[in-house]
Amino acid sequence: MTSRLSAITLNTFREAVRDRVLYNLILFVLLLVASSPLFGAISIGIQRLVLINLSLTSISLFGVVIAIFIGIGLVFKEIEKKTLYTILSRPVRRWEFILGKYFGLVLTLTVNAALMTVGVYVALLITEQKLTTADARLMVAVYFIILQFLMVTAITLLFSSFSTPIFSAVFAFALFAIGKFAGDLRTVAAMAHGATKWLTTAAAYAVPNFASLDVIPQVAYNQPISGSLIVYNTLYALLYSAAMIAGAVLIFERRNLK
Amino acid sequence: MYAIEIQGLSKSYAVGFWKKQSQPALRGLNLTVEPGETFGFLGPNGAGKTTTLKLLMGITFPTSGSARILGKDLRDPQIKKRVGFLPEQPYFYDYLSAPELLTYYAQLSGVATPGRSQHIQALLDRVGLGDVGSKQLRKFSKGMLQRVGIAQAIVHDPEVIFLDEPMSGLDPLGRYEVRELIQGLKDAGKTIFFSTHILSDAEALCDRVAVIHKGELRGVGVVNDLRSASAEKAEVVWKGTAALSTLAGHLTESHVTGDTVRATVSTETLDLVLEKLRQQQARLVSVTPLHGTLEDYFLAKTSESGAAEA
Repeated sequence: MTSRLSAITLNTFREAVRDRVLYNLILFVLLLVASSPLFGAISIGIQRLVLINLSLTSISLFGVVIAIFIGIGLVFKEIEKKTLYTILSRPVRRWEFILGKYFGLVLTLTVNAALMTVGVYVALLITEQKLTTADARLMVAVYFIILQFLMVTAITLLFSSFSTPIFSAVFAFALFAIGKFAGDLRTVAAMAHGATKWLTTAAAYAVPNFASLDVIPQVAYNQPISGSLIVYNTLYALLYSAAMIAGAVLIFERRNLK
Repeated sequence: MYAIEIQGLSKSYAVGFWKKQSQPALRGLNLTVEPGETFGFLGPNGAGKTTTLKLLMGITFPTSGSARILGKDLRDPQIKKRVGFLPEQPYFYDYLSAPELLTYYAQLSGVATPGRSQHIQALLDRVGLGDVGSKQLRKFSKGMLQRVGIAQAIVHDPEVIFLDEPMSGLDPLGRYEVRELIQGLKDAGKTIFFSTHILSDAEALCDRVAVIHKGELRGVGVVNDLRSASAEKAEVVWKGTAALSTLAGHLTESHVTGDTVRATVSTETLDLVLEKLRQQQARLVSVTPLHGTLEDYFLAKTSESGAAEA
């Protein structure tokens, strides 16, 4: 099982690399280079804040866009091109295929984010002339961004297991946007009464809570991030992703391929 | 134990806007294939051949019925280690090279890592692609892709091989090459189940064939028996056109070239025709039994009205 899973994972990663998905790194570097005069033009202190804000937001957005645009085709493309026929005619279980594709895309996104992070540290070193221990907090923000990728990829995979790529993309982006305001939704739920309270509370907890995964402002302002938040976010992202993947597997296991 | 045993396999698709109408694609198929047999699954386009193969490969699920491969239920994933499959007009991951693709499929099929690369190189040599190197599949011709397709189907040395229209869309040279590969598998004692609508290929390769039409099995038999069953005619050639008028009604067809008459006669009336030629003192040149072709059998079976139409 492990060898089949790793084979599918690595093949998905190789596909992304050969389809030049990682070329977005070049765009990212260009963005950093092009905006560097801006950092120089503003005063010390804010320079670091702008750099971290801009670069971490870019890592997050680039990753989410890649997760959704590749995620919608992860299963659909294999069905359309019938490559899945030569997979399912082997001793590969359908859940292994889904999980392998998921891990492959997550690996792609993680490598992408890791390379971008190296770029950010280099940019920080150039603009600040040195790196401090506080800059290590950047890693926590990147870790949370990767947790966010886990969830977005799982959500996209769930939608793509029963819907067309366009609808999957729309649903996934919509859920990502709503999830960014999950905190506000929970506040509204707390203030509501009666049936509305139940409904808003259910909705607030059903949508992915991407708000708690966003610690970019804290990192930019050099504020500490609690260990309990790291544990909570890790468990939350893993459980939410597992639930989404389980849904995708349940649908895909019963699906008649055309 | 049969290599393939299909019992009452049926598949219907839900059609229409609300998916409430049921359209049968396969109706109660019963079929057995012996180990080591090369079995042709014949039928016109849309007959249900690909549906059957997709059901056997677990790509779609049957509405009713069951199937066993090498004595095991086809839902048993372990059985797939012993089965190879080439889909119709296959598309492979075109960003991979042929060795990379075969390595991937070998990993999925559980081929052991030691000696795997040598095995894959030997396989590429066998299908005539030993020198393709790291060229990506997107640069391959259709014939080359079909050979890669056969290589991926046998990369794990399966006992039963399913081929869906393996010669479809190939030029004569490509068809010859693929036919040779299938013949090689047949000689190696593999059970081969292949669907086709190219009857000459089935005639050249198969031990037995089945004809399917409109989702319904119309006939099964040994190729040679089927040919002889439809071989109920003879060609009679004689000199002298005078006898032609007395034989009217006994000849299926006739052609006159100068003084020579070439006529097709049913075997039932052959004695009568020869007797009349002797009476007319016509000079007999030859009497040749006409061998029936698989095409005759195929056309006869597909023109019959099946249960679905009755």
